[in-house]
Amino acid sequence: MAYKDHIIQEGKESTETVMLYTLSTCIWCRKTKKLLTELELGYSYVDVDLLEEDDQGEVMSEVEKHNPTSSFPTLVINDGEKVILGFEEAEIRDLK
Amino acid sequence: MDGKVVDTESIRKYYERLKADNIARGYYLNPDDEFTLDLIEGLLVNEKRYGYPACPCRLAKGSREKDLDIICPCDYRDGDLIDYGMCYCALYVSKKIINGEQKIGPIPDRRKEDVVRSKMEDEKCEKLKLSHPVLRCKVCGYLCAREEAPETCPICGADKDRFELFI
Repeated sequence: MAYKDHIIQEGKESTETVMLYTLSTCIWCRKTKKLLTELELGYSYVDVDLLEEDDQGEVMSEVEKHNPTSSFPTLVINDGEKVILGFEEAEIRDLK
Repeated sequence: MDGKVVDTESIRKYYERLKADNIARGYYLNPDDEFTLDLIEGLLVNEKRYGYPACPCRLAKGSREKDLDIICPCDYRDGDLIDYGMCYCALYVSKKIINGEQKIGPIPDRRKEDVVRSKMEDEKCEKLKLSHPVLRCKVCGYLCAREEAPETCPICGADKDRFELFI
């Protein structure tokens, strides 16, 4: 899928896959990224608003699978084993 | 991020204007200056990108018609202020939050729920025989009975296209 070329890896890769769907303009998304970095949890992210329309469509159908309201940020652990919607600080800290 | 396209001075100015406007209208901006300035940066990035300040925490489609309901202040602000004491992105907050009686945190996006509900309401609503149609500002709820919506809402300043036929 084309949008996958735009996924950025932050921090070290781990056995868990931590995928974060974000908007570049969204303050809660930025807070989530910052917290993951602070916790030293490696993660991948894609800023959906910066993608071309076709790629946006692809990535949104992926987001919808895990989060029917397709809100941001959507944090997906191990392809859906755990999904955290929004900047739920305590839940994100528990990932550590 | 590409937020650097907006300079600090523009962000500050927008903030000051928004603050003054909202004090006059009885709305409160998030008192955390740093947070609010970051939010406004997102709004201004969207204004440059799309031509209107779409909510920075929602994915805009890029056409005014499709994004009308999420142009800040969005159609959902007042409902969210009532239910959660803050709007979806937390630019607007209630007096309770200002006074520290309620906390800021993530809230669900009521956008999708509202689309479903408004369709149901449309079906239920029967046309009354009125001398003028009643138009409603979807941002602040202002009602006026006239043939056409005003260019700008006299209460909240929203543009004409934010009005809907109410009765």
